[in-house]
Amino acid sequence: MIDVDLTIARAAFTVQARIALPAHGITAVIGRSGSGKSTLLQAMAGLLKPTRGRFSMHGQRLFDSSDGTDVPPQRRAFGVVFQEGRLFPHLSVRGNLLFGDRLSNRPPGPAFADVVDLLGIGDLLSRRPHLLSGGERQRVAIGRALLSRPRALLMDEPLASLDPPRRHELLGYLAALPQRYGLPVIYVTHQMDEVLRLADQVVVLNDGRTVACGPALDVLGNIDLQPMIGRFEAGSVLAGTLAEQHGDWQLSGVDVAGQRIIVPHIDAPLGTSVRLRVRARDVALQREAQPSSASNRLAGHVLQVLDRDGPYSIVELALSRPGADPTPRAGETLWALVTRRSVHSMRLAPGADVVAVFKAVAVEGRSVAAFRASPPDGL
Amino acid sequence: MSELERQALTLSLQVALAAVLLALPVALALAWALGRGRFFGKAVLEAVVNLPLVLPPVVIGYALLVSFGRHGWPGRWLSDTFGLQFVFTFRGAVLAAAVMALPLMVRAIRQALEAVDAGLEAAARTLGASRLRVFATVTLPLMAPGLLSGAVLGFAASLGEFGATITFVSNVPGETQTLPLAIYSALQQPGGDAAAARLVMWSVLLALGALGLAQWAHRRVQRWLGQST
Repeated sequence: MIDVDLTIARAAFTVQARIALPAHGITAVIGRSGSGKSTLLQAMAGLLKPTRGRFSMHGQRLFDSSDGTDVPPQRRAFGVVFQEGRLFPHLSVRGNLLFGDRLSNRPPGPAFADVVDLLGIGDLLSRRPHLLSGGERQRVAIGRALLSRPRALLMDEPLASLDPPRRHELLGYLAALPQRYGLPVIYVTHQMDEVLRLADQVVVLNDGRTVACGPALDVLGNIDLQPMIGRFEAGSVLAGTLAEQHGDWQLSGVDVAGQRIIVPHIDAPLGTSVRLRVRARDVALQREAQPSSASNRLAGHVLQVLDRDGPYSIVELALSRPGADPTPRAGETLWALVTRRSVHSMRLAPGADVVAVFKAVAVEGRSVAAFRASPPDGL
Repeated sequence: MSELERQALTLSLQVALAAVLLALPVALALAWALGRGRFFGKAVLEAVVNLPLVLPPVVIGYALLVSFGRHGWPGRWLSDTFGLQFVFTFRGAVLAAAVMALPLMVRAIRQALEAVDAGLEAAARTLGASRLRVFATVTLPLMAPGLLSGAVLGFAASLGEFGATITFVSNVPGETQTLPLAIYSALQQPGGDAAAARLVMWSVLLALGALGLAQWAHRRVQRWLGQST
């Protein structure tokens, strides 16, 4: 378990975090900038002393203000990956990778050759950090954290300093970590594509407070949390499996709730879990299927209608599973931003059957991700 | 090179080297305390360390004479316990040079310490290194350029030290008569101008040699740290 109940008073603001989640897979900590994500991570790493509260992981108490427990960072056994890499300039790549390995009297961890191989840094071992590119530097930083034989990885926006191609490349390495090494990862980010691609669980921080924590699809599917998740327009996250490839058209078909959704090409084998995010403003509603140029027409029924600022309402609908029970499942609800006038004229009310329409182009590259599920057994 | 010149030259080198070696660990500790420490009386300590910079060297020499002479308690204690004598000795010349060089060295080392990225030290701790280990394996190597500049500054200051030395340990050829003191003695004698000029020449050569060596070493250290200039 990751068990956090911490108050961290800083000069400008206070973080109050309560988290109780199983310690497995990747737990994304998201929220707007300044919401206290990095502060929380620093406190978990032991680099910043909380004002009061307690924090334990895997059942081991690492901080407890009631009896003065405060395990120093070198004995917390967390591999921390910082935004800027923080490689030691006076050591070669090999020296950096082995820095933690040489020191720690922690239980055996990933093998040197295996980590070097996974991250593709074998050719860099004798180089100095200042001769590395940004992407190489972050890969070495991840390797260094892994080789310190940690019990968990803490990552603070590890991709934020990279250009898009490098980010994309590193996402693949990160996605492989929990399964390969059985390490839980706590991952601070404000990039939705990283959340879609990586997160098993999500913690949302807003103004220093945790407002949600739980399975990723549950949290992302909670419409009340939308304003707090960051600078994203409201959008629902659908989860499905890659069902077909249209190589000629550079399109892929994803099955969600038994219905086919056409999206721009996803480079992954059939059967891969896929998450996609559809902005509410890109979804139009019809009472019955009508001809349209839009690729995607999905049957569903209205769950609720919420008024928004101005002339808008947001309609939440559950995609219908053919012949299945009508209870909505995580990753199978869709939001549509429509005018209040349309709600009135179409008589959109809970229970109403509708057809949701959106174009394949509305789901652009960063809004669709092949998601690799983590091992089901927790640690 | 005359015997007197050779003596003054080697003595100057020996005094300066010994003074730097003596002052370096002290300067490092003081730089750490002043740069990282938070304790009562820090401002006072800082002022005391900087005294040799602002007081006339003669005053420092006199203070050393009073405390490390036979009648001062540190002097008496060192003499009774270890048999260490300072007045009129090589050891005293080293002490005077070290005290005078100390504030310059502390300043250079402290600047280097403050330039060390605390983020790297934090990273080292998350990798399992204790505070002491972080200091030895991260902080100290990253401070190397500053330690080197501190040592060079201290060496240069020791070579040129005059006032505190002559006040504290007098002007004994072969024992405390470094180049500046030898030049002074030569000038005191009628017709000593030529001898003084030769000593001045040796001083200049020594200083240039030391500077060249320091620059070479500094470049090596910078390249080692990947801060190529």
